[in-house]
Amino acid sequence: MFTQQANNVANLKIGDKALNFNLTGTDDKSHSLSDYANKHTVVVFSCNHCPYVRAWEDRMVKIQSDYADKGVQLIAINANDASKYTEDSFQNMKVRVREKKFNFPYLRDEDQKVATSYGAQRTPEVFLFDSKGTLQYHGAIDDNYDEPNAVKVHYLRNALDAVLQGSKVAIAETAPVGCTVKWK
Amino acid sequence: MLRVTFQYTEDCPSHEQALDRLRRVLAEQGVNVNIQIVRVDSDEQAKRLKFVGSPTILLNDVDIEPQCNDHYGLACRAYKLEDGRISPLPSESMIRRAIRRES
Repeated sequence: MFTQQANNVANLKIGDKALNFNLTGTDDKSHSLSDYANKHTVVVFSCNHCPYVRAWEDRMVKIQSDYADKGVQLIAINANDASKYTEDSFQNMKVRVREKKFNFPYLRDEDQKVATSYGAQRTPEVFLFDSKGTLQYHGAIDDNYDEPNAVKVHYLRNALDAVLQGSKVAIAETAPVGCTVKWK
Repeated sequence: MLRVTFQYTEDCPSHEQALDRLRRVLAEQGVNVNIQIVRVDSDEQAKRLKFVGSPTILLNDVDIEPQCNDHYGLACRAYKLEDGRISPLPSESMIRRAIRRES
């Protein structure tokens, strides 16, 4: 399923294999992408402080809720430098999980190696892998961060539906819209 | 005359939409002024301007949504909307209220 462990050398493109990782979650447990083998996985680079993430958070929870029974697992990863953005600290991640009732793991990429390996630039930024670990969609969750009711194209949902039907994802890549990842 | 300042950083993509929104509400309110547009490019400049995030709108040097936050820097700004949602954009009603307050 995985080509290699996440490190500093790769950036993912559509059709590439997932890079495995092992990160600590807000539940204080270790989580690997390989824990979710045979599931379609949605890896979202995220954080606490970014207003774009906050605008999309409820939609992330709803997507996980809507697709959980279909073998889909969303995983959020926060790689931001918490020394500059204290709201993004591990402790504050735990608070956010409780406040927003996250129904998916929220992991800390402290050394930023996973974000670097994946080539993540923004929060939120989505990487959808099918159950074979192949990248099928990369980009934004949908086309409207400001108004959930005014979304015209549900990029991630459409990609998930295509993957679940075994068909080609029509829009496999969009420009992620959000804050920049806060590098150390 | 109302003094309108719009501060933004390139990294936060909502700034164009926010500026359009500001222009639209100013026109709707019959306020015909030049907007001073300031691009913030460095943490030093952000600290000097007491810039809490992009986009920021000042009317007569008063923030349309005054912040308790004294963390100045190159960040994207979160606005709490009337319905409780968080958005990277100030709402039209937020801008409208501030214009009426300062006019």
